[in-house]
Amino acid sequence: MKQIFESLEKDARLTSEQISTMTGIPAAEVEKTIKKAEKDRAILRYKTVIDWAKLGEEQVWALVEVKVVPQRDVGFDAIAERIYRFPQARSVYLASGTYDLAILVAGKTMQEVAVFVSEKLAPLETVEGTVTHFILKKYKEDGEILQGGEGIKRLPITP
Amino acid sequence: MSKSGSTRVKVAHSYISEKVTNIPPSGIRRFFDLISSMEGVISLGVGEPDFVTPWHIREAAIYSFEKGYTMYTSNQGLPQLRQELAKYLESCYGLSYNPDSELLITVGVSEGLDLALRAILNPGDEVIMPDPCYVAYPATASLAGGVPVLVPTTEEHDFKITAEDIERRITQRTKAILIGYPANPTGAVMAKKELTQIAELAQQYDLLVISDEVYDQLVYGIEHTCFASLPEMRDRTILLNGFSKAYAMTGWRIGYAAGSHEIIEAMTKIHQYTMLCAPIMGQMAAIEALKKGSSEVQAMVREYDRRRRVMVKGLRDIGLSCFEPKGAFYAFPSVKATGLTSEEFAEKLLTEEKVAVVPGCAFGQYGEGYVRCCYATSLPEIEEALKRMGRFIDKHR
Ligand SMILES: Cc1ncc(COP(=O)(O)O)c(C=O)c1O
Repeated sequence: MKQIFESLEKDARLTSEQISTMTGIPAAEVEKTIKKAEKDRAILRYKTVIDWAKLGEEQVWALVEVKVVPQRDVGFDAIAERIYRFPQARSVYLASGTYDLAILVAGKTMQEVAVFVSEKLAPLETVEGTVTHFILKKYKEDGEILQGGEGIKRLPITP
Repeated sequence: MSKSGSTRVKVAHSYISEKVTNIPPSGIRRFFDLISSMEGVISLGVGEPDFVTPWHIREAAIYSFEKGYTMYTSNQGLPQLRQELAKYLESCYGLSYNPDSELLITVGVSEGLDLALRAILNPGDEVIMPDPCYVAYPATASLAGGVPVLVPTTEEHDFKITAEDIERRITQRTKAILIGYPANPTGAVMAKKELTQIAELAQQYDLLVISDEVYDQLVYGIEHTCFASLPEMRDRTILLNGFSKAYAMTGWRIGYAAGSHEIIEAMTKIHQYTMLCAPIMGQMAAIEALKKGSSEVQAMVREYDRRRRVMVKGLRDIGLSCFEPKGAFYAFPSVKATGLTSEEFAEKLLTEEKVAVVPGCAFGQYGEGYVRCCYATSLPEIEEALKRMGRFIDKHR
């Protein structure tokens, strides 16, 4: 079964038939397994990795460190929930170390990101402080190297 | 040329030795020249992984450079590498080799093969090997002064060599049997039972077995049997293996030979004069590969397996008969249905559809009628190549 998901994770556009060929598992069974995983939310979504910069679309990203006061009974969960409902917060993690929440914020301009942090994030009751790091360049995202890469260097015919 | 030289009588002769003149050029080379002048070619003609060496292995090599490891190593290779190898062979195949006297680090399996043959052959000694087989087998045997004796293997028998066919070719001059499974170019593997029959034969006729197991880790849904691990075979086998294929390390040029003290010593004698030692950076990388490389190897094997299934099904779907390869990264479909020779097929396919495959005749007479398609290339490329090949077959049937 793991082979099905490994194939899909590499290429979400594979059909059940293609996966069946690759794994030797009957197509109907592949279909059923995928449906079940979708239902169980083991598969959350099918998405595409896009290098927006290459398409000429400006996007500003920031990694925001947030220090919060944990609350009785709900710990960090309640505040994390408050934050992750904002669409600007693209990823939200609870982290160990000198701060508590790590948030990846995206916006069209630096101004937009700054406004989000200062007007939405920082004023939340339990937030003690924020540190915003603007992302200057993306090298690798979610396992994909965005620029350069290695290219094929082997010769076309070898013994 | 010196003055006295120029006064010598000129005779029509070649400076090249007869031995070298007599071995045929590799059939693969000619294709290489053809392909180099073309663009947009999808090549299924390679004999190496499309993966780059896993980063942690490269990084370990860079670190060793930084630390100044730029010297010769001992002739036999870095002691630490030999120790790691001994551990590996023990845990994989239950084989115990003394790292000080029964293991030799070579410049790829290529050098190991050359050393093994040169160490054991007297002029005229015969070496039995399958046909088709890896291009270097007959040539290295000839260069070592031996005589390659080819045993036809066929698609009907899954390109396996049989003990029966070998036995019929044993003569007073037979010195060794040379096998390489999983096989290049066919992808064939041998079952333990079949190998055991060959082992019994070797014992009965007192023959050595040179076993090239460079694809040992690249098997799909079966377990590889190491020839040396068969009963009584450890000291009768020269086990050759290396890092090129499993770890995607072809360019590092590191292989090894394992065998009895007597044979390894003889091979080391040649090695110390002709090669001195294998490159240290490659040996450093190989240590890292053995210690921490296995999860990457497994991931690559899973990926090759997916591609293998797509390739074989695709070839069958376009109307070529293709036996199921269970090892290495080659499919070996028959192109007889097209009425073309394997060379014509490969040449026309390249010029008409820009897909490169290697004609089976490059691997021996019994490879004629087949082409080697390497599936160590990305799935989208394999699919595109199959589409083009399908078009080509429709035109030429
Ligand atoms: C069967 C076989 N043996 C040996 C080699 C050479 O391996 P190495 O890179 O270790 O010299 C190859 C490479 O194509 C091969 O296919």
